[in-house]
Amino acid sequence: MYSEKVMDHFNNPRNVGEIENPSGVGTVGNAKCGDIMRMYLDIDENGVIQEARFKTFGCGAAVATSSMATELVKGKTVQQALEVTNKAVMEALDGLPPVKVHCSLLAEEAIHAALWDYAEKNHITIDGLEKPVNDIEEKLEEEEY
Amino acid sequence: MIYLDNAATTAVEEEVFAAMKPYFCEQYSNPSAIYSFAGKSMKAVDEAREKTARLIGAQPNEIYFTAGGSESDNWAIKAAAEAYKNKGKHIITSTIEHHAVLHTCQYLEKQGYEVTYVDVDENGVIKLDALEAAVRPDTILITVMAANNEIGTIQPLKEIGALARKNNILFHTDAVQAYGHIPLNVDELNIDMLSASGHKFHGPKGIGFLYIRKGVRIGSYIHGGAQERSRRAGTLNTPGIVGMGAAADLAAAKLAENMTKVSELRDYLIQRVLDEVPYSRLNGHPVKRLPGNANFCFRFIEGESLLILLDQQGICASSGSACTSGSLDPSHVLLAIGLPHEIAHGSLRLTLSETTTKEEIDFTVEELKKIVERLRSMSPLYEDFVKGGMNHVQ
Repeated sequence: MYSEKVMDHFNNPRNVGEIENPSGVGTVGNAKCGDIMRMYLDIDENGVIQEARFKTFGCGAAVATSSMATELVKGKTVQQALEVTNKAVMEALDGLPPVKVHCSLLAEEAIHAALWDYAEKNHITIDGLEKPVNDIEEKLEEEEY
Repeated sequence: MIYLDNAATTAVEEEVFAAMKPYFCEQYSNPSAIYSFAGKSMKAVDEAREKTARLIGAQPNEIYFTAGGSESDNWAIKAAAEAYKNKGKHIITSTIEHHAVLHTCQYLEKQGYEVTYVDVDENGVIKLDALEAAVRPDTILITVMAANNEIGTIQPLKEIGALARKNNILFHTDAVQAYGHIPLNVDELNIDMLSASGHKFHGPKGIGFLYIRKGVRIGSYIHGGAQERSRRAGTLNTPGIVGMGAAADLAAAKLAENMTKVSELRDYLIQRVLDEVPYSRLNGHPVKRLPGNANFCFRFIEGESLLILLDQQGICASSGSACTSGSLDPSHVLLAIGLPHEIAHGSLRLTLSETTTKEEIDFTVEELKKIVERLRSMSPLYEDFVKGGMNHVQ
């Protein structure tokens, strides 16, 4: 059901772990629905993401999208990181089964949540960054009605 | 490969397969035909019917062959609702039934029937006082499973049957997980209808039966030819029926022996997991459970990830996590026994058979320990727990 790339990122997740004193950290999802992602970013004085790490509670797709998201934002500027959308994460993983698309949304939200934290800590605004939805699963559930 | 998903399906036993073989290419006749070539097939069907009936103390003419458990459940519930609608339109079931029962009940609710879903306790046993309280003058059917497919809890069928009989209500039980694994007697338990499926006890897939007590007047569900005493149309699945009969015969011969053997190994597995995997719990009744069923929750991790990693070690298992159910909610059974969502997501079901070995269980426990540890090391819930911040953890 999963692509080879998803399985590779699930089996050998890149950048698992924490960053001490991160420039930004964000947690999205909720345990009720079975997925939680936490992303840590280390951003230098030029606004370039030097390091990205994650911890995830969730299915194979949730782990793989977290892993891929950290890979995609590393070395990018804050502005470039905003372009790492759920679609970009999915494409980089050679696709996800339809029922797992929400995992890629969660990865995008995790990046945004970490960037939002960074912006707040540094009292800056990042163009195009909106306050992330904390609870993406609930948003999805509501959309079903 | 280590196969620990015997509640999903079982291997067809060699003896069963051997019994079925002649009915494909050689003795392929339609049993309902008039010539002697057909008579031989009908004789085999009749013998299988006897074997199938004997295991539950039923008469052969009370056994109606179907395509499996789901058909039997649908038939029993929908046809009973139809047949007794003049008496009333109220049905009682439990919150932890298989979807073949639950979705059928929900369908009937849309047709104007009322259904009461009786709660279970923390072990998954139906609350008998609540069941009794749910009985109304217009109650026409009680349908409660014999044993739960996820957590293995065996229901108090005798008490339920007595209650149904006392109130003159039909009693149907979905015995798909129980038939061939634990003793069942339709007279002692006052069962009016019972569903079972061949592939759950080493018979073939695509064959099952509905036991209908003599005198219970429910109509047909599959209309057509006059097979099964005009109650279930369709050419008889001779190889399937013969296979299920052979499997029933083997199960009957070894029922007590297998129960002891399998439940001993199950208890060994349960003990090792609870002792050696931190923050684990057993789901279902500790004693009143199917011999082959073990169901655990491991906190801070999610079931699908666990299954994928077990699969990579050659271990076949199952889970009640949302990801395996195809929805955002974890198993309705785990929620019904009172588990919070986040714990229910980390469930693992291991179901043993007579051929499961201690070596296989030991290997599984060792791999499980490593996998749980690995998943916890990347879990933000575990991180919060270790750091003492319990914001996501109950």
